[in-house]
Amino acid sequence: MPEPVLQVESLRKEYGPLVAVDGVGFTVPEGGSLAIVGESGSGKTTVARLIVGLERATAGTIRACGRDRSTPARSTRERRLRGSEVQIVFQDPYTSLDPRQTMEDAIDEVLRLHRGWAADKRKQRVRELSDLVGMDERQTRALPRALSGGQRQRVAIARALAAEPRVLILDESVAALDVSIQAQVLNLLADIRDETAISFVLISHDLAVVRQLTEQIVVMWRGRVVERGETADVLDHPQDEYTKLLRSSVPRPGWKPKQRIHVATG
Amino acid sequence: MSVAAGVATVARRSGTGRHRRLSPLLIASAAVIAVAAIVAIFGPLLAPYNPDTPQLSQYFVGPSAEHLLGFDASGRDVLSRLLYGARTSMIGPLAVTLICMTLGSLLAVTAAWRGGTYDAVIGSGLDIVFAFPGILLAVLAAAVFGGGLVAPVLALSVAYTPYVARVLRGAALRERAQQYVAALEVQGASSIAICLRHLIPNMLHLIVAQATTLFGYAMVDLAAISFLGLGVQPPAADWGVMVSENQQGIIQGYSIPALAAGLCIVVVVVAFNILGERLYERGEARR
Amino acid sequence: MMRGGGLLELDGVTVSLPVQGEMRPVLQDVSFAIRPGEALGLVGESGSGKSMTARTIDKLLPDGAAVAGRVRFDGRDVMTLAGADLKRFRGEVAMIFQDPRAHTNPVRRIGDFMTEALRTNSGVGMGEASARAVALLKSVGIEDGERRLRQYPHELSGGLLQRVMIATALLTQPRLLLADEPTTALDVTTQAEVLAILDGLRSKLHLAMLFITHNLELAAAICDRTVVMYAGQVVEVRESNKLHEQPLHPYTAALAAARPNIDTTAHRLTAIPGRPLSAFEAPPDACAFTARCPHVADVCRARRPALVELDGGLTRCARASELFGKLKVPLNA
Repeated sequence: MPEPVLQVESLRKEYGPLVAVDGVGFTVPEGGSLAIVGESGSGKTTVARLIVGLERATAGTIRACGRDRSTPARSTRERRLRGSEVQIVFQDPYTSLDPRQTMEDAIDEVLRLHRGWAADKRKQRVRELSDLVGMDERQTRALPRALSGGQRQRVAIARALAAEPRVLILDESVAALDVSIQAQVLNLLADIRDETAISFVLISHDLAVVRQLTEQIVVMWRGRVVERGETADVLDHPQDEYTKLLRSSVPRPGWKPKQRIHVATG
Repeated sequence: MSVAAGVATVARRSGTGRHRRLSPLLIASAAVIAVAAIVAIFGPLLAPYNPDTPQLSQYFVGPSAEHLLGFDASGRDVLSRLLYGARTSMIGPLAVTLICMTLGSLLAVTAAWRGGTYDAVIGSGLDIVFAFPGILLAVLAAAVFGGGLVAPVLALSVAYTPYVARVLRGAALRERAQQYVAALEVQGASSIAICLRHLIPNMLHLIVAQATTLFGYAMVDLAAISFLGLGVQPPAADWGVMVSENQQGIIQGYSIPALAAGLCIVVVVVAFNILGERLYERGEARR
Repeated sequence: MMRGGGLLELDGVTVSLPVQGEMRPVLQDVSFAIRPGEALGLVGESGSGKSMTARTIDKLLPDGAAVAGRVRFDGRDVMTLAGADLKRFRGEVAMIFQDPRAHTNPVRRIGDFMTEALRTNSGVGMGEASARAVALLKSVGIEDGERRLRQYPHELSGGLLQRVMIATALLTQPRLLLADEPTTALDVTTQAEVLAILDGLRSKLHLAMLFITHNLELAAAICDRTVVMYAGQVVEVRESNKLHEQPLHPYTAALAAARPNIDTTAHRLTAIPGRPLSAFEAPPDACAFTARCPHVADVCRARRPALVELDGGLTRCARASELFGKLKVPLNA
């Protein structure tokens, strides 16, 4: 069995007395896709930030592409190398792009960072990536304020892919999009998986989106993993009480909301 | 239905054209500053007379066709002195502005980017300097190091830097929290590259607006210092000095020289203030 | 269009707002009615005008707005209400918002906030108002009401604060609740709980509700009927239980098909091409959905279709009867 492209073990993150992530572990195989689901405060986004190095773990190990990244990168070279292994697309399409930078410039900047290519080769690659995410020539030269939320998120995806990462973390990346746009972006992500050997880690609270995009699932609750398994299996036959509650809370035709507790807490 | 269709037609006709309205006030301010800048550069070429040559019999003589603004207390041509004085009056504020903006941006971005100890040390350091009124510091510096422009300019720069740094730190923190900055960090871009290519350019509208407003403040302060006789020394042509030299004219019923110099200061300062405010508003609106 | 028996009736409501010196339409010919005690869903994507509809009903439009058409509440013309009548109307129509925190003052206690309207508008004393507030807090599942009244908004979780907002809305004994994405900011489990409470109270108090959401499944699940909006227009009004099985408008069908399904894994979704239009972008003399519709024909571009009755519902589709029964949402597979 080949080494997984991403491996997380006994991950822990404390903020003062608060334990945000507590003993979380999972692996993602090459080309695989894993969902981390949970509600606000479950620690799922913290896990994502730990993996990409935006936060420093209190304890535990993170390995990507066979190299350890549990501690902050010491050199610029090391940071760049890590950037070419794992990339992330954030939730908010409005702040995830520099307002003064066109799509072309944003991707070119990443290419200059990671590749020693000449200008015309970079230009060609910008074109390829724009095609991949379905942005036309005019749109690649537009500033973010001229683009819709869905288009901005395409730019963010293209920018993340420019580094040719082996793992792409999607941190609620489709949550803020209109339903019709969300479907377009989800299809785009499915196409990207078909065309490359990239692995996805999807951080989401939306179980339908999770089912659409992932094979494996980790359910988090208050910093811990409470259930894991094949996505379809866990969603169809949840075992943990919390997963069951989560599953039954999703509105669908014929669904009636049920009151869970009668005395308020919090 | 017909109403709806009618409204829709109107909207389509006027289409997507976004008009960037230029207020008359903004145009006037920009014009005043442009004129002031031209005079500061070419003043000596425009001046009809030597600003330092007195015609002793002519003190406090009113305007004539040859001398449009008349003579001052020492019998010198007021218009020529104003034209020459523009440079001395504006070079000081310019220096203060450049020093403050460079220092302030550097401190603000360092504090916001590094956070933690850096932020705390810079923050409390600035707070201490902030406690001193700028003009007092400048007067003190001039008194200790002697007259001239250098001491007050440095003193005002020190006094105004915390003011600038504080505002810019807020903007830098706001920009730092944008997700595109995190995305660049994850890409492996260096901190310096992110700050120089993204953070500071995105704060530029605020930096320019701050600089513009600061220029106005510094000009008033430096004029006041000159007026007190601690800054630019007479007989050099300087608007602040001119107000000071000709103040007895106001008592004697001949106020043109003092008022003309004072008016120059007020008009330029107000223009800079308006421009600064509008530039900031437009920068914010464009985001 | 739909007359009589309606607690709230909108008839041909068209609203334009001044944007940079020009009037831009935000609502075009919006008509629907809510019966007493009925829950009506209002679904649409961004720019569809769903929130603007609620603001129009509650007379919360910005200055300079041009309104045509009629909004009637209990037979009274809402647009001409003023003074005491307007105050009374605001008491009968309560509003709850997406972000409860944005609608509370962080330095005022929950008690002051809850009882303010009652004390200033209805002249009820502090003790009486507090007692009523505590009773209502209990009905939304908050047992220790007295303690909560002394707390500040930041001391409450989002779900709890939204329940406080519901209780506050009910204090003036309204007959209609305008709920603008009231659970969008909440976690799904909290959403289920808040909706269960709302549902129970509504049937107990015979309270009508306009439930605004971007989530078609949610609207269908908790509302009796659902209005679907697109580009500032009503494109479909339908019994909720028929919305997914027998949608009348291609947009409704496409919207339902675009959502991934939690029960089945699909490789690709049936996405709608393009992006949602705003009202001012919609063509004046064609169906607003033409550019994205899989069933588009010449007749769709000939004129803007009117809202017509079909199978007990309403639809703004030129090919509605032709397509009826053929728009069943395909399972993504």
